[in-house]
Amino acid sequence: MLAAFTWTEFAQQLAAGIREGAIYAGLALAIVIIYRSTRVINFAQGEMATFTTFIAWSLMNHGLSFWTAFPIVLAVAFAGGVAIERIVIHPVANASVVTIVIVTLGLALLLNGLTSVIWGGESRQFKGPFSTRTIDVGGVPISVQDIGIVVVSIGLVALLALFFRYTKLGLALRAAAVNPESSRLVGIRVGWMLALGWGIAAVLGAVAGMMIAPVVFLDPNMMQTILLYAFAAAVLGGLDSPVGAVVGGILLGVTITMLGRYVGFIGSTLKLPAALVLIFVLLLVRPGGLFGRVAERRV
Amino acid sequence: MRLRLWLELAGFAVLAVVVAAVPRFVSDFRARELAIVGMYFIALLGLSILTGHSGQISLGHGAFMAIGGYTTAVLSVNGVYGHQIRDLWTIPIAGVIAGVAGLLVGLPALRLSGLYLALITFGIAVSFPQLPKKFDHFLGGTTGKILALPRPPFGLSTTTNNWMYYLTWGIALVLLLAAWSLVRGKTGRALKAIRDSEVAAASSGVSLAKYKTLAFGISAFYAGVAGSLYAIANAYVNPDVFPIILSVYLVVGLAVGGLDSLVTLIAGAGLIYFLQNHADTVARWLNHLPALNLDPKQPGIPSLVFGAVLIVVMLLLPGGAGGLLRRLFGSLTGRR
Amino acid sequence: MSFLELRNVEARYGSVRALHGISLQVGDGELVAVLGANGAGKTTTLRAISGTVRRSGDVVFAGQKLSRRPEATARAGIAHVPEGRGTFGELSVWDNLRLGAHTRRDNLKQEAKRVFEFFPQLESRRDQQGGTLSGGEQQMLALGRAMMARPKLLLLDEPSLGLAPIVVTVIFEALERMKTDDGMSVLVVEQNAGLALEHAARAYVLEVGKVAVEGTSDELRANETVRRSYLGY
Repeated sequence: MLAAFTWTEFAQQLAAGIREGAIYAGLALAIVIIYRSTRVINFAQGEMATFTTFIAWSLMNHGLSFWTAFPIVLAVAFAGGVAIERIVIHPVANASVVTIVIVTLGLALLLNGLTSVIWGGESRQFKGPFSTRTIDVGGVPISVQDIGIVVVSIGLVALLALFFRYTKLGLALRAAAVNPESSRLVGIRVGWMLALGWGIAAVLGAVAGMMIAPVVFLDPNMMQTILLYAFAAAVLGGLDSPVGAVVGGILLGVTITMLGRYVGFIGSTLKLPAALVLIFVLLLVRPGGLFGRVAERRV
Repeated sequence: MRLRLWLELAGFAVLAVVVAAVPRFVSDFRARELAIVGMYFIALLGLSILTGHSGQISLGHGAFMAIGGYTTAVLSVNGVYGHQIRDLWTIPIAGVIAGVAGLLVGLPALRLSGLYLALITFGIAVSFPQLPKKFDHFLGGTTGKILALPRPPFGLSTTTNNWMYYLTWGIALVLLLAAWSLVRGKTGRALKAIRDSEVAAASSGVSLAKYKTLAFGISAFYAGVAGSLYAIANAYVNPDVFPIILSVYLVVGLAVGGLDSLVTLIAGAGLIYFLQNHADTVARWLNHLPALNLDPKQPGIPSLVFGAVLIVVMLLLPGGAGGLLRRLFGSLTGRR
Repeated sequence: MSFLELRNVEARYGSVRALHGISLQVGDGELVAVLGANGAGKTTTLRAISGTVRRSGDVVFAGQKLSRRPEATARAGIAHVPEGRGTFGELSVWDNLRLGAHTRRDNLKQEAKRVFEFFPQLESRRDQQGGTLSGGEQQMLALGRAMMARPKLLLLDEPSLGLAPIVVTVIFEALERMKTDDGMSVLVVEQNAGLALEHAARAYVLEVGKVAVEGTSDELRANETVRRSYLGY
């Protein structure tokens, strides 16, 4: 069952796992932000990210450099996220969980179809901001791109943590999610806080998409498996914890890569189911995930 | 109350007559299409019991259909100890095996609340297609398994497609009756109580564990039967026959048909089938709108239309077709 | 000129009308009580002012017609401490207090100091989750939140409900200080009529969504019929 073992290879697998994990973490962060601020699971997160990444591709195709296109894409993503919350999510905010799930699923389908219709279904290359050359870290070749992805993910979560904890707007966002009634009484415009949450999440997704596309090639279905891993990472870390999303992502990435490489039975076909079984078992033991807080309800 | 009961039974009788008569008026190919709609209908009935009536979201029911379909395939191709089983008899077996799988999922699912359950079942839907690839010796891998073409029994002289139609809709009507009586009775009330408030239901003595797992098992049974019929009709199974998106389509069909309705799910089933296989018609129809120039063959069109329909229906008609009908006829039967 | 004036205000919950035309006034720096039995419409009156229930009829505050939306009334300088305290359960005590000052742009240190002076228990529980505080502490937190806003008008709903008498004393003492130090006006809803009349200058007694009796607290306490039928003592 266990394959031959060398330290170099282990380090390489570890690095690959961390890189994989950082990819899930980016999208997981977006999922957590939306859940935290609006108590909704956004099944369209992946498709939103794909759509914005395609916009980036189009801009770069028309001659803009990555870093020129970057802020434009973020602005578009923000506006899109806000618009989606106001137009599609807000009307069903008080409906049953099932209805809201179905609406975000519908959104996912719609965006996926729209992406295909506008840009076609073929894979294409996406030139990212980091070079693909490798550097030697203690005998282990690691690509600059991988390092870049990890740094960006961790940077994002740090920024977000600071934002939520220390700024007035961050506090207002948290308050609106926790107690909308009382929030209104202290003067917070709850509706716009919810929209802001979606805007921020859309921006996070856009960044994640632009980080991932150079690695996996850009096509309309690019985010589908990643979305699932991202959900797993978010649940693992605790659905309302941004730190949990990143820790969960990296933990998940490393675990899956290791299992896939060293446990022959799992190989590459059963990586996904293996991840799910792990998460499932964890949820049975810790319903809130690693860092999450769940209101205990005893009946 | 009695009036409503008689109206519903009368409606059922009318439905049965219509179902029996339809093949006489439609082409053979149409009969096949309607058979497949019937299979989706069966799956949706089960999903309605689970999601509509007991409030548990499942985004993975395609996997239970796959279990049913693969059971039928394995039993009729590999057989038991080399003894191949005729496709008809595999249907109940497939249902039961899928049902047991449902119970096995339902049990740990008790610990998960709405959104977490949705995510886990979604994960099941995504993981499931990997299994036939892994156990390819037994389950046929990516190429899958090929079954014999469905034959009408007892040498009845009817076409294959008509036979599938009658088989499917016969089973569908029986299962509809079963679902209807379940929902009307004590179990149905317990399920609805659980959906509306688990705390209140439990405090009233309703065993959450028993009814929630039961709902999972029953809905999985229905999906398994549907999957089994689907395998028989297709005469082959492989991972692409039960793709990930199928689970999403089932939820779509449920929402549009009416979350806790039964008969109107036929509309939902029809929608699933129509959008999957007649997307080009939709695109051509959409092209009549000004400023739109869509290539009907574009792969994105079904998803685009599906998604838009879903959003619009949920925004305007959260109760789906069933909810609309209830509002219209509620006043007729004097029900508020 | 009165600071707050309700002119024939009506309010409804869906199809049920809870207020049938309430008119009342609160003067500058005055503490006015709203009394009455359960279901008389006391809480609804406060909600109608802060905009958390739909109303018709005008509310004039500091000479201006008041908006019907809660976010705007908060900005206008009205702090509403609702029934049930309205604590942000999952946020820390400190965050709860910060939120109280949401409409203000200046430094919070002064206000926080004052709140902790009145309620030292809050300072020692600064980082604790709001929902884990006792009932009395949550009421203090709610009042503290209101204090952080330095409101011109405080709407207080049943402050003594479920609290030990000594805690109630502390709370009403804080109210008096806020009144004298900042010239804040208070409209307080109370079931405990005796307690309310001790501190209030004037009071309105509501019955079935209308004002049944009004007057200064002395007048109300002196009037025996009023005492027996409306105040229960």
